[in-house]
Amino acid sequence: MESTLAPLTAKDFVTDQDVRWCPGCGDYSILKQVQTVLPELGIARENIVFVSGIGCSSRFPYYMETFGMHSIHGRAAAVASGLKAARPELSVWIVSGDGDSMSIGGNHLIHLLRRNFNVNLLIFNNEIYGLTKGQYSPASPAGKITKSSPMGSIDHPFNPAALALGADATFFARSMDRDPIHMREILKRSNSHKGSSVVEIYQNCNVFNDGAFEVFTEKGTKKMETLFVETGKPLVFGDGGNKGIKLDGFTPTIVDLTAGASANDLWIHDETDRVKAQILSRFFDDPKMENHLPRPFGVFYEEKRFCYEDAMLAQIAESIKTKGDGDLDALLRGKNTWKIN
Amino acid sequence: MSATLETRKNVAIMFAGDSGDGIQLTGTQFTDTAALLGNDISTFPNFPAEIRAPQGTLAGVSGYQLHFGSVEIFTPGDGCDVLVVMNAAALKANLKGLHTGGIIIANTDGFDAKNLKLAKYPDGVNPLKDSSLDKYKVYEIDVTKMTRTALADSGMGTKEIDRSKNMFVLGFIYWMFNRNMDNSIAFLKDKFKKRPDLVEANLKVLKAGYHFGETTETFNARYEVKAAVMQKGEYRNIMGNQATALGLIAAAKKSGIELFFGTYPITPASDILHELSKHKNFGVKTFQAEDEIAAVCSAIGASFGGSLGVTASSGPGIALKGEAIGLATMLEIPLVICNVQRGGPSTGLPTKTEQADLLQAMYGRNGEGPAAIISASTPSDCFETAYEACRIAIEHMTPVFFMSDGYIANGSEPWIFPQSKDLKPIKIEYAKERNPEDAKFLPYKRDEKLARPWAIPGTKGLEHRVGGIEKENETGNISYDPDNHELMVKLRAEKIERIADYVPLQTIDNGPAKGKLLILGWGSTYGSIKTAVIEALAEGYDVAHAHVRYLNPFPKNLGEILFNYETVLMPEINSGQLIKLVRDKYLVPAIGFNKVKGMPFTSTEIKEKIVELLKK
Repeated sequence: MESTLAPLTAKDFVTDQDVRWCPGCGDYSILKQVQTVLPELGIARENIVFVSGIGCSSRFPYYMETFGMHSIHGRAAAVASGLKAARPELSVWIVSGDGDSMSIGGNHLIHLLRRNFNVNLLIFNNEIYGLTKGQYSPASPAGKITKSSPMGSIDHPFNPAALALGADATFFARSMDRDPIHMREILKRSNSHKGSSVVEIYQNCNVFNDGAFEVFTEKGTKKMETLFVETGKPLVFGDGGNKGIKLDGFTPTIVDLTAGASANDLWIHDETDRVKAQILSRFFDDPKMENHLPRPFGVFYEEKRFCYEDAMLAQIAESIKTKGDGDLDALLRGKNTWKIN
Repeated sequence: MSATLETRKNVAIMFAGDSGDGIQLTGTQFTDTAALLGNDISTFPNFPAEIRAPQGTLAGVSGYQLHFGSVEIFTPGDGCDVLVVMNAAALKANLKGLHTGGIIIANTDGFDAKNLKLAKYPDGVNPLKDSSLDKYKVYEIDVTKMTRTALADSGMGTKEIDRSKNMFVLGFIYWMFNRNMDNSIAFLKDKFKKRPDLVEANLKVLKAGYHFGETTETFNARYEVKAAVMQKGEYRNIMGNQATALGLIAAAKKSGIELFFGTYPITPASDILHELSKHKNFGVKTFQAEDEIAAVCSAIGASFGGSLGVTASSGPGIALKGEAIGLATMLEIPLVICNVQRGGPSTGLPTKTEQADLLQAMYGRNGEGPAAIISASTPSDCFETAYEACRIAIEHMTPVFFMSDGYIANGSEPWIFPQSKDLKPIKIEYAKERNPEDAKFLPYKRDEKLARPWAIPGTKGLEHRVGGIEKENETGNISYDPDNHELMVKLRAEKIERIADYVPLQTIDNGPAKGKLLILGWGSTYGSIKTAVIEALAEGYDVAHAHVRYLNPFPKNLGEILFNYETVLMPEINSGQLIKLVRDKYLVPAIGFNKVKGMPFTSTEIKEKIVELLKK
């Protein structure tokens, strides 16, 4: 008897390729967390596929000792759709950036989500074009000064959470590169969701957009600016949890728990509530704005809905049941034939 | 008085009317019946791009030409012997194609003042009333009135009743050509099985048309076209796009691979999707993508997973797929791209035929991204050509273009369908599982065909990464090394060239193996060239015909063949595309013969050119 194989470790997912991201890039942390989480998921390494488009994030597959495809700009979702339709049993991960997935690949993104293929989509959002050296991206805030917008970008930015939920994504979560524990938790949740799971990861581009998410990650500001949501728990943030969020009709309002507001009146997070998830996705204020809402992190929404590939297989099974297994000779023959002797 | 029965060897009928008059249905019904009775046939549907072009206008005319005979038929006919017109515009648009002495069957209701005006006849002119049609035999029938009378008690509204006018015409033509209506009766019963009232109404009108011919003494001639003397065998009728779909399914079934078809609807390729989606019981996965790019990318994803990824489109869609086809070239995985050509550039002539995408298939990618190209020449030939495209894609790990065009995609002909046991085997070899102690897997290590291993996810020990960035030879790692890039460019080109070792040699279709003139054609010009060459040979001209299926790479003996003739003439429905490739490769002074009108060549045009060249 052979001894059972040793369980995989993070090291088993490291390739022999040099990682070529800039020193200090947030992508390193994401790579590390993914490599750490994968062995815990119990999926055979050969059944895992990483598919990416173009961009810094999209070099990801080269660094994962699994199957992988570094495809073309914006099209990872389309490639992954075909792969998943062909091989539903595979664990398919799409790695993309904000430019890749929301600009050139915007169309494929929304269609992937409405079809609900069972894949995990990681959007590394750094609100900038890194690989093409620093132009504004569809996620860059208006007024952003970059090489292609010296007077400030006049584009209204995409809100990835609202975009995903607007396209009827069945799972949306947000995490950040500087919070490894949270990220690992979210990655596991994303994997256990059956359907298209969107994980937006705030990722720092220290060369072209350094500090874009600093207020959410730095000790001094993090408490006041971030809101970690968890099902069954009230929406609480601030120093020592001194602030809460209450729903006034459909309007979220910040209340001060140290100034008489009751914890019992707070919004209790429920990730199955579509309406509340939509409201939560709109917590997208500029941190410089007065009385702005904090930025939420965690699983916003999860819903059970049939997956495209399952429906596809079901139709094939149904067709075989009613018509019988395809008989090639009968097909070639058709219905009406005649003989010439 | 009973009508006399005149026997004809072959007849071409043109059905023409308003798009919406059911012209295509009338045409296909007559075709099916003619085929079942053993005639050889060839058809040419010709319709406007608009679903419902303005009624009664010249732009709205839809036509269906059918050529059937007791002799072998290779084209829908240069002109027609019988022209059925539902209105004045249909007459005006098609009269020039009617042979002198031919028959016109006109629906008089379509020649009222309004219709004449829409057809742009001068005020007070009605071609049925003046003597302009004297050189033809004109039969005037008030189809609308008789259809309405036949259905007077049906309880149906006028609009609905008028929709079955085409059945009256069909019934009449069946009488005229001495056909029984069983096939159409069965068809109508099946088509409207959920609406018994419509079955009854259509059958009533169909029979009314037939009986009208029989009981009216106006028509004193009936025609008979006997069964053709054709190759022995069992036949069915088939359209090009349908044959393409069947070829894809057959290749998948025969090789035991799963077929994944990712596509985006476009004229005239959509019928491939329609046909494939009917056959899910073959395990066929059809994916109607959000756009052309997603369509080809999904097929690439499926091929990466070990399925046979296929996509289909027409020129504008192929343009969008270009970047992804380059990716597949770099990934070196199987991909079949069906290009059902139409007039271009841009949206061009969506419903008209052209052969103008050959250079797009050959060169339409950034960098040097060679792909194999093969081309079908008749509706039924789409089957074997599509099957070959799959075989080459799988065995050589490469994108393959399957070229067809609107003319053969929509046209139909009798087909001796093959038995699955007689189809060429297709070898699929996925790379095998490896153990940790085995040497490291090299995803770009090549076999004797220069194909790399097809290593699919789910196979232990083969974990590897592919992508669009230049690959290092054998390892597949990213490489910017100048020498490696040049080597890889050459290897990818050589891999395509080597396909020539695995395809049949070029043959001469007709005529001597050496001589004065060779007509070299490709694709849907086959029928016109064939007919013209048969005629020219019969008249003693020294001419031969070769038709190329394998366009990249060319068959190994093609150059040899070209130099066996004093002159090479290359007719193409474009400004000269294959001729560029042939001149470039063989430095032969071939003469181009080109037509870019969205219309196929007539055999007369080719014949005249042959005569012109050989008379010099």
